Amino acid sequence: MSVREFAERGADLELVGIQKRFPGFTAIEELDLTIPAGSFFALLGPSGCGKTTTLRLVAGLEEPTRGRILIGGKDVTDTKSHERPVNTVFQSYALFPHMTIIENVAFGLKRRRIGDALGKAHEALRLVELDHLAQRKPQQLSGGQQQRVALARAIVNRPALLLLDEPLGALDLKLRRQMQLELKTIQEEVGLTFLHVTHDQEEAMTMADTVAVMNKGAIEQMGAPEVLYELPRTSFVANFLGQSNLFTGDVVGTTSTAISVEAAGRRIVVPTSRAQRHQGEITVGVRPEKVALHVEAPGETADRNLLGPGRVVDVSFSGVSTQYIVDVPGAGAVVVFAQNVGSGPVAGVGAEVWLSWAVDHGFGLDDEPGETGRFPADDSTRSIAVQRREALVSELEEH
Amino acid sequence: MAFAAFATTEAQPQAPKKKSRIALFLLLPGLLYLVLFFLTPLISLVLTSLQAPAEFGDIGQFDYAFNWQNYVVVVQDYLPHILRSFGYALAATVLALLFSYPLAYFIGVKARRWPLLQSLMLVLVIAPFFISFLLRTLAWKQILSDESFIITSLKALSLLAPDAHFTGTPFAVIFGLTYNFIPFMTLPLYSTLERLDTRYLEAGSDLYANPLTVFRKITVPLSMPGIVAGTLLTFIPAAGDYINASRDFLGGTDTQMMGNVIEANFLVLLNYPAAAALSIILMAAILVLVGVYVKRSGTEDLL
Repeated sequence: MSVREFAERGADLELVGIQKRFPGFTAIEELDLTIPAGSFFALLGPSGCGKTTTLRLVAGLEEPTRGRILIGGKDVTDTKSHERPVNTVFQSYALFPHMTIIENVAFGLKRRRIGDALGKAHEALRLVELDHLAQRKPQQLSGGQQQRVALARAIVNRPALLLLDEPLGALDLKLRRQMQLELKTIQEEVGLTFLHVTHDQEEAMTMADTVAVMNKGAIEQMGAPEVLYELPRTSFVANFLGQSNLFTGDVVGTTSTAISVEAAGRRIVVPTSRAQRHQGEITVGVRPEKVALHVEAPGETADRNLLGPGRVVDVSFSGVSTQYIVDVPGAGAVVVFAQNVGSGPVAGVGAEVWLSWAVDHGFGLDDEPGETGRFPADDSTRSIAVQRREALVSELEEH
Repeated sequence: MAFAAFATTEAQPQAPKKKSRIALFLLLPGLLYLVLFFLTPLISLVLTSLQAPAEFGDIGQFDYAFNWQNYVVVVQDYLPHILRSFGYALAATVLALLFSYPLAYFIGVKARRWPLLQSLMLVLVIAPFFISFLLRTLAWKQILSDESFIITSLKALSLLAPDAHFTGTPFAVIFGLTYNFIPFMTLPLYSTLERLDTRYLEAGSDLYANPLTVFRKITVPLSMPGIVAGTLLTFIPAAGDYINASRDFLGGTDTQMMGNVIEANFLVLLNYPAAAALSIILMAAILVLVGVYVKRSGTEDLL
């Protein structure tokens, strides 16, 4: 595809055996990825997991150490970035400070000598509702407006592939929600292929058709947001995409439809179809909103797993739901989200409670025994330290 | 709490007044210095430039007058020198820019990953300042002289015509000016390029601009403050320079610049009004040229 013409529709993106090493560390171990034309694909992962590097490889701003990159079936691995039919909305927006908004938006069109560059640029600005600011300079605009200009500057070129590098990271929550909807609408209107890099799991799930969770330079799991959430394959995915309660133990019984695991002094049953591994020591889990809280010991039934008694150690009320942290001997802290259908919390701190969930809601993970472990809560000092280090690494990666 | 709030609201209207008084006080030494050593000599220079020769006086004796014809006379007598000054200064500025830009770009952008190399190269740019300007220019006179090893070898190899000269030619003067002012060009360029955000260059490349267009449309406009500062720091002193063009250094009889004729009128011919008029013309011309240049380069919102 020539860069001299507009893409009629989005193109596929294919990454084959990509590896990227920087002096001192490896950003991407081994990456194979196919993104079908016209889809909205999200690459989700913590800072320093290699997702921004992946985007820069596709844009042509970095060269892979190994592997091929194909856009619309054509190998572009050795094509210079200015010759690729790809545009990027940068995390920093990177709007040229010495040009007006309209000059910024028309920049790409003028480079490709496309007729009526200014007219098309105005049209793109109207799409993001900023045409009235066309003659301003970028530094005179607010963060949200700059973000929309950056988006207009990229989509005006009708690239076969649009890359979004955490473009909503700097916006406040309300504006972010609004921009998420706008982005989704624009993507459906123009039918381009979007590759969106983000560390915000909620953003990835609401916007993308397909989400790939990336960790330490490799994709851990890929699929539709609902599938990923319902059936995480690894403890990393289980805890990065939402929260999970995980229990590790040996498989003690197998029937044709379910396996039983001995954990926390109880038997936890998981459907065979929802477990990745069926023998030895395995990790099983359940989402906090699937767990029910009982103040009296419920009777054991075949279709529900039961834990307890445990003691409530923390209750936090958040309007629609209440989060309980229950300390269950042998299982550690278990998180429960209870919908506030009644009035007020059902149990206070220190109350003795039992937990149960439907067998069908459990899932079994693929992790090797020993490598699992509770994902540290976001506010723990250790996780902050880890995030700081990862942020520093990714900063180094950028230079 | 309430008491503290009350106290601050009461103190507030007084604060700006107090501050401005302190500022004025701190400015005083500088202002006094400027009045004594800039404004007074300037007025004296203007008055001198309008003086007329004293009646029955000796050479070098003048009376205060309003003899504005001095300006007409010096322009008539020294027009070639005036034009030469600005021509040489312009040539030296352009050459210094062409030499310094790639150097500053390398130090400020490419060498960012190796801070040690960056510092080393900056030291090398500044190192010539540790030796006197006069000594360095004299050294170049030696190097470019007809008997020097380099010139004789080049002639022996027939790379130069046997009767070629360097010292005393416009080439040598422009060369000397360029050489001497390169650090003044490189340092301001370096300081803007060092802050150049390379993400803009990546964005340009992402928007289909080839490396040359990225340079023309993004790098150059963003480094404009450095270009303006560097060219001013080179052009202004180069236009008034009288060392490089002097016969004692790299110049000859037909390479004399304004600085040389001002020097000759003040110190040799003792024609103080002519020297003063030339100085005023030089100053005014530079002010006008610089004013137009800064206005046209449009660096206001980048500064």
